[in-house]
Amino acid sequence: MSGFLAGLLIAALPLLASGFWLGRRTARPTGLGGLGTPVEHATFETLHTASLAAPPLRAGLTEETARRSARRLRSLLGTDALCLADDRQVLVWDGAGAHHRAEVMERLAGPLATGRGEAFPLGCHTPDCPVRWAVVAPLTVDDRVHGALVACAPRESAVLVRAAGEVARWVSVQLELADLDASRTRLIEAEIRALRAQISPHFIFNSLAVIASFVRTDPERARELLLEFADFTRYSFRRHGDFTTLADELHAIDHYLALVRARFGDRLSVTLQVAPEVLPVALPFLCLQPLVENAVKHGLEGRTDDCRIQITAQDAGAEALVVIEDDGTGMDPVLLRRILAGEVSPSGGIGLSNVDDRLRQVYGDDHGLVIETAPGAGMKITARVPKYQPGVHSAGRPTGT
Amino acid sequence: MNPGYAVPAVALVVVATVLVGAFGLRMSRTTSDFYVASRTVGPRLNAAAISGEYLSAASFLGIAGLLLAQGPDMLWYPVGYTAGYLVLLLFVAAPLRRSGAYTLPDFAEARLASRPVRRLAGTFVVGVGWLYLLPQLQGAGLTLTVLTGAPDWLGGVIVAAVVTATVAAGGMRSITFVQAFQYWLKLTALLVPVLFLAAAWHADGSPRHAFEEPAAFRDQRTVRVGDRLDLKLDHPLTVTVDGTVDGRPHQDTRLTLPAGTHRIEHGTRLTFAPGTPVPAAHRAPGDALTPSHAESRGERPLYATYGLILATFLGTMGLPHVVVRFYTSPHGVAARRTTVAVLALIGAFYLLPPVYGALGRLYAPELTLTGDADAAVLLLPGRMIGGVGGDLLGALVAGGAFAAFLSTASGLTLAVAGVLTQDVLPSRGVRHFRLGTLIAMAVPLGASALVGGLPVADAVGLAFAVSASSFCPLLVLGIWWRRLTPPGAAAGMLIGGGSAFAAVAATMAGFPGTGTAHALLAWPALWSVPLGFLTMVLVSLATPGRVPVGTAAILARFHLPEELHTEVTTA
Repeated sequence: MSGFLAGLLIAALPLLASGFWLGRRTARPTGLGGLGTPVEHATFETLHTASLAAPPLRAGLTEETARRSARRLRSLLGTDALCLADDRQVLVWDGAGAHHRAEVMERLAGPLATGRGEAFPLGCHTPDCPVRWAVVAPLTVDDRVHGALVACAPRESAVLVRAAGEVARWVSVQLELADLDASRTRLIEAEIRALRAQISPHFIFNSLAVIASFVRTDPERARELLLEFADFTRYSFRRHGDFTTLADELHAIDHYLALVRARFGDRLSVTLQVAPEVLPVALPFLCLQPLVENAVKHGLEGRTDDCRIQITAQDAGAEALVVIEDDGTGMDPVLLRRILAGEVSPSGGIGLSNVDDRLRQVYGDDHGLVIETAPGAGMKITARVPKYQPGVHSAGRPTGT
Repeated sequence: MNPGYAVPAVALVVVATVLVGAFGLRMSRTTSDFYVASRTVGPRLNAAAISGEYLSAASFLGIAGLLLAQGPDMLWYPVGYTAGYLVLLLFVAAPLRRSGAYTLPDFAEARLASRPVRRLAGTFVVGVGWLYLLPQLQGAGLTLTVLTGAPDWLGGVIVAAVVTATVAAGGMRSITFVQAFQYWLKLTALLVPVLFLAAAWHADGSPRHAFEEPAAFRDQRTVRVGDRLDLKLDHPLTVTVDGTVDGRPHQDTRLTLPAGTHRIEHGTRLTFAPGTPVPAAHRAPGDALTPSHAESRGERPLYATYGLILATFLGTMGLPHVVVRFYTSPHGVAARRTTVAVLALIGAFYLLPPVYGALGRLYAPELTLTGDADAAVLLLPGRMIGGVGGDLLGALVAGGAFAAFLSTASGLTLAVAGVLTQDVLPSRGVRHFRLGTLIAMAVPLGASALVGGLPVADAVGLAFAVSASSFCPLLVLGIWWRRLTPPGAAAGMLIGGGSAFAAVAATMAGFPGTGTAHALLAWPALWSVPLGFLTMVLVSLATPGRVPVGTAAILARFHLPEELHTEVTTA
């Protein structure tokens, strides 16, 4: 009896499974995957296609990006052919009727000059060519015409004119964003240059003043300090390459600290702890010295007692971990966050936020500075520097001097 | 051997390693020695570190064991292990350093600007690292068994636990100092006993024994057979048996076995009279892999030797833990100087294991019967000197052996865990590095429980073969041939390295037992290396459009000295 029951159960199993599957299949169309009415569905589709076309355009309008986005844009408009052109040539022709390229480019001169869209018939000798009308919509960035979007259709259509205009406006926004990206990069490059050129004028005055104070009393010391100053400025005014090695950066910090020490005497004590494996690591030029300068400022200025600074560089797998810690006045984390976000300008120097920006720019957002601080509790700055990053190479070999 | 001395010695080595690793950082408290603390690692220190990391269980135990078991042909092992650095010096060292790559995947990405090739290289790094870790853990197990009679797996578990704990806790902060310390420890651990052994040998009347003759017992010796084995006799052998031979039980009976094959069952005690030649032993089929591997070498010595030479000469450059160390050199010239110093240090070290092998053939020939030839280095001091002196020297050797396991295993674990964290596990961070370390060690530990009994030096030879067939073409062509393309590199690594990997896997699984096919699979380098090169060249030539854009600039950076390159970029 039980054997019969088991057999029945086994025989019923495939039947049950196929029934379940059939049920699922027939139920699906009415549910539409939970996406609401057909209108909503169409909206989602359109938004999705638009979002797919956006990333290539964020790199600017070139032949490559135009080629990658044209197919998406054409499906957005639902036309037979779509063409993207900049102010000199047709970048891409997607769809039928590619023999109209030259003709379209000729007719584009007007819209490109005026920045106004237009529709015109295409003269065609091929009898079964599906492309008879072209709708031109200019692409403008900051009120300047960068190119045009041309949608081609078998007949004149007011709907197409309207749609092409909207898509062109959307593409223009993407291009504006690309422009913004480019200017952000330029800004950071300029900042690096600025940091290099303006290497803390206060520091230069103070150094020269302290050297001057030694000239009579201790000429030998003054000479040494001048040489340190020369070494430090030579390093910071170096012209070639954006990257240096940790060893070189530490040497520059050494010169810097010698000058600071001359000014503050025994009030400053610095401990250095370095794993020698990480010394050849390449990192952005002058990205640690500002952190040390910041630590000195927090530790010594506006206080009368001693200050201890600890610099450690550790080997952490594929990264080097650099920590700069001082026991100075510290800072309000809220204020610090606003400084790093660029909302308020720091009181003196360019310092932390610039280093943070550059590290993020080079190594990605995961590798910004990590700062632990509170008023009166000192400050601990941690930077994680990958040992290898494509495109990051220190220029020149470490000076062994 | 007396575990009362050896166990503290091993413990001392472990503790010293952890301490040097945790506190060996350079410190400076005043600005005056700031410079000292921020000075880059010099070629000599770095060379000692590379040597320390490189001299593994295979070098410390394996070479002496193979020499003892199979005679002077095995000298090719130390020669190959050393000569690999000559190839590295000539073709790879300086350009690799100038590339700025920290690991082999980094090099692949720097040269070919391709993420898929990077990932493939990462896969091979993990594979080679695991293959190389396996014999380290087995060697540790063997050492602890010989020293204390502990079960086979315990030594491997101890090494795995210590390495995982220190690496995952970030304890290897100054790995350069740890490895340099381990090198000098290993050298001392072999050099000091060898002086005493040589003196003991001299006091014994300097007995000589030609390597061509079969080894013979110098005095009466009782051997306990651990695993069932087959004795192959060319001449009749007289022996006292306590146990089962050829299916018949005996109790302290003096037997004369006729020429032919005889099966000795597990647990049997054989007592040999002085002057008896040591009979050739074969493990029963399916029992362990040792004899078939050795047999195929015996059948085709020329092929096996060339396979070994090619694997070790070309495989060194692709070992993940070796490449990482070159990054520590400040520039290309220093990398070259480092390699020259490595050649000297390793060459000096490799003079010692053959001495142990030769002495082992005289004083401990029965090790070939029990299949514990790898233990010769550990047993000789006790055997030849005895007493407290022998125990102390034995403890020193045991400490050195553990230094060998620890240094190589920690270097490999760091390298494998680095690749796992960066290229395999989803996101980055310290926690993931710990997870990577755990995986990096767990897999070979599990595998060592499954695959037992491959001689240590042979297992390392297989790792070299895979490295030689995958990374050697990538590095050599990547550095010296401007028409290399990403598809070419990927295809070459897959076909060359992949076929070597398949051969290794087949060998480890014991398939097929004997014959030409087995020889081909057990020594794959001779066909897989040319295959890798050929594939890489042909596929690259077939895809000329895929040569990376910046190739000329990258090759210029690889080959120009750093000062020159600076001038080029500024101009």
